[in-house]
Amino acid sequence: MNGRVQQAVQSILTVTALLAMAALLLAMLLAVTGYAVKPALIALVRGAFGSWYAITSATIVRLVPLALAGLAVAVAFRAGILNIGAEGQLLIGAAAATAVSGTLIGEPSWIALPIILVTGASAGGCWAAVAGVLRLRFGVLEVISTIMLNFLALYITGWLVRGPLQEPTRINPQSATLPIDMQLPVLLDGTRLHAGVVITVLVAVAVWCWLAHSASGFRLRAVGANAHAAAATGQIRVPRTLFAAFALSGVLAGLGGAVEYTGITFALYENFSPGYGYTAIAVALLARLHPLGVLGTALLFAALEAGANAMQRDAGVPSVVVSVVEATLILLVVAADRWQSRSTVPARLTNEAGA
Amino acid sequence: MKAPLLSLERITHHFGRVRALEDVSMTVRAGTVHALLGENGAGKSTLMRIAFGLLSPDQGVLRLNGVATTLTSPADALAAGVGMVHQHFTLVPAMTVTENVALGAHGLYRRADAARRVRDVAARAGLALDPHARVSDLPVGAQQRCEIVKALSRDVRVLILDEPTAVLAPAEAAELLQWVRRHADAGNAVVLITHKLRDALAIANDITVLRNGRVVSAGADEAGLVHAMVGEASRDDGVHSNAREARQSPAPSEMQGRNVISIRDVVVRDPQQVVRVRHATITVRAGEIVGLCAVEGAGQHELLRVLAGRLRASNGTVQIPPIVGFVPEDRHRDALLLDAPLYENIALRQAGTRRGRMRWRTFRQQTTQLMSAFDVRATGADATARTLSGGNQQKLVLGRELDRTRDALVVENPSRGLDFRATTAVHQALRDARHAGLAIVFYSSDLDEVLSLADRVFAMYNGTLIPATMTRDAIGRAMLGGGAADVHA
Repeated sequence: MNGRVQQAVQSILTVTALLAMAALLLAMLLAVTGYAVKPALIALVRGAFGSWYAITSATIVRLVPLALAGLAVAVAFRAGILNIGAEGQLLIGAAAATAVSGTLIGEPSWIALPIILVTGASAGGCWAAVAGVLRLRFGVLEVISTIMLNFLALYITGWLVRGPLQEPTRINPQSATLPIDMQLPVLLDGTRLHAGVVITVLVAVAVWCWLAHSASGFRLRAVGANAHAAAATGQIRVPRTLFAAFALSGVLAGLGGAVEYTGITFALYENFSPGYGYTAIAVALLARLHPLGVLGTALLFAALEAGANAMQRDAGVPSVVVSVVEATLILLVVAADRWQSRSTVPARLTNEAGA
Repeated sequence: MKAPLLSLERITHHFGRVRALEDVSMTVRAGTVHALLGENGAGKSTLMRIAFGLLSPDQGVLRLNGVATTLTSPADALAAGVGMVHQHFTLVPAMTVTENVALGAHGLYRRADAARRVRDVAARAGLALDPHARVSDLPVGAQQRCEIVKALSRDVRVLILDEPTAVLAPAEAAELLQWVRRHADAGNAVVLITHKLRDALAIANDITVLRNGRVVSAGADEAGLVHAMVGEASRDDGVHSNAREARQSPAPSEMQGRNVISIRDVVVRDPQQVVRVRHATITVRAGEIVGLCAVEGAGQHELLRVLAGRLRASNGTVQIPPIVGFVPEDRHRDALLLDAPLYENIALRQAGTRRGRMRWRTFRQQTTQLMSAFDVRATGADATARTLSGGNQQKLVLGRELDRTRDALVVENPSRGLDFRATTAVHQALRDARHAGLAIVFYSSDLDEVLSLADRVFAMYNGTLIPATMTRDAIGRAMLGGGAADVHA
């Protein structure tokens, strides 16, 4: 137990150190590109945490899709699957949620909402399962297939919002707005904070419990830690476990899409996701693939993005500067992991490329 | 007198606070084979990693041809004429022999020239090697020759071989040792890192024995060397005492019982449809150890997995208990989650059929019990498997597979890479299991080990299982496909 506390402390220290480095880097970038450092940083912090509204309606609201997609990535990586496709799975989840919501008009929300969310999650799972079949049946690396499926998902969404799912006036490339009684309830009046936050926290806790304390969660981790050893037990069916991990990962990302649709956007459109599924990889890695850690790192990235928007608005600094910092953070995480020679990150991310 | 090719003088080296070597000196002369003996962790590999430029010593001097030298990388060492063949090969499997040899050289790569050079070096050294063969297609012995040619192609005078016979079948090992002797006789020097006394005594001119990072003086006979290597406490742990213990153990026939494992006419084809096991029939009774001897790639790998229920036979009938303990040869690859705590490694057993919650507290307790029962030394059940020594890892795996196994156990090369003490512990655990009435199938690439433990022996040659008499010669001939006269069904 002591070792685990020590590990947690070490992880938190690492994250803090990384954060400090990121802040320093951001300041340097701002200075080099000729922006006033102090006002920009103040705008960033204000945009993320400056007011009750900023915290709830800018930061926490962004945390939801990041955390759900981050959980998707964490589960896959724990199984040794490099699922880069949370973005596509999230989009397909949102698209399916949109499609099914169109058929539920008039139903009471306690029937409609669960159906919408479950449909979105299932669709995400199916989308990931495609990559699973490709890998397990045909040996296609999921790194490649999931990226390709991301593009496919993006174009399918583009087609849907100009075709079958386009709003009735046929003017804008987006779906009809979701009726208010089918939206996720708002938790605090005057903010955008919706019930998706509760769902996210519950799901994170559930995933953590399952991974850490259930037999099937242990099988998934064992397969990810050493598939040969898992197979040599003579009882763990490795392909089946991997397929389940693909599907579960997709379910979580798909749920993220459905929650975003029913909680924030209320419509499907082409740029539905500003890259949540990609940032989710960083979220998962920074959390060292720990489901509860994902909540924390998702908050960090959500704050960065909320702050970046505010910084662009108030200080005129392009938000891409923050993207540079985010990307640097990811590289630092992978490097730090290697440094401590702890292999929470699948070996394929570090070892093969490295030594 | 000419200066020695390589001399290490008063070397001391620490890893963190742990002292790996203290005041170790060793001289390697031209024209000699110098055996470096010691248990696991005695410091053999550390010393040779210093000689090969992989580590720099905290104190001490390294001299090449009498000149004090500092080596900062293997490239330095190679340039200075010191080459090393590691126990785990460092070849690129997808490349040809020529390409592997050419790797690390400079300048233009011309296939024909490079191949000619490989052929020249191999011919001069007297090693048979096809320059155009792909390494992944080569048997282990040929891969080792490729490693040696790789070193020799850099004109090394001092060749360090780390446990070279560990991966070889007896006949191949004998051949390699003969080659080592000839190579040294031609004016080169070879350092042979080994814990096989017989190898050292057979061909070495000089013997250095390390124990706990120090040089210990040793007599020239086997008993003296065993004594030097393992110290006072375990004088009886040597190679020969195994045979003695075996003779002392109770006559197996009295306890042998029902048939536990029974397979008939089993055929195994690999995914490429090549037949690996041909019509194998074997019965293992409760309370006996059936030994299996074979050269690498004779089909024993597949047969053992069929017996353990880990591989489906293509044809034939297989009757085995629902739970068979299995200790695979490559424990890092096939038996352990190296970065997981020990209790999760214990939980891996039966993880396939478990449902619901994992009761980790119970697993921790079970792990602690197993650790004391099998003398697994670790900081606790929470330690990661990677932090354990090879011997302790193996005892953990064996303990896991024996725990709650009532019927049968299949073990594959269980003492590979282990020192005397750990090997003895593994053997004792297997004898205890036999005594407890388990049916045990035991394979080892070390023929003497099989002879010392087994009640009956089968040899395997090219997929065919041959019952053999319990003599070294008969088994040796059977596993090489000869000596049909000694075989009786």
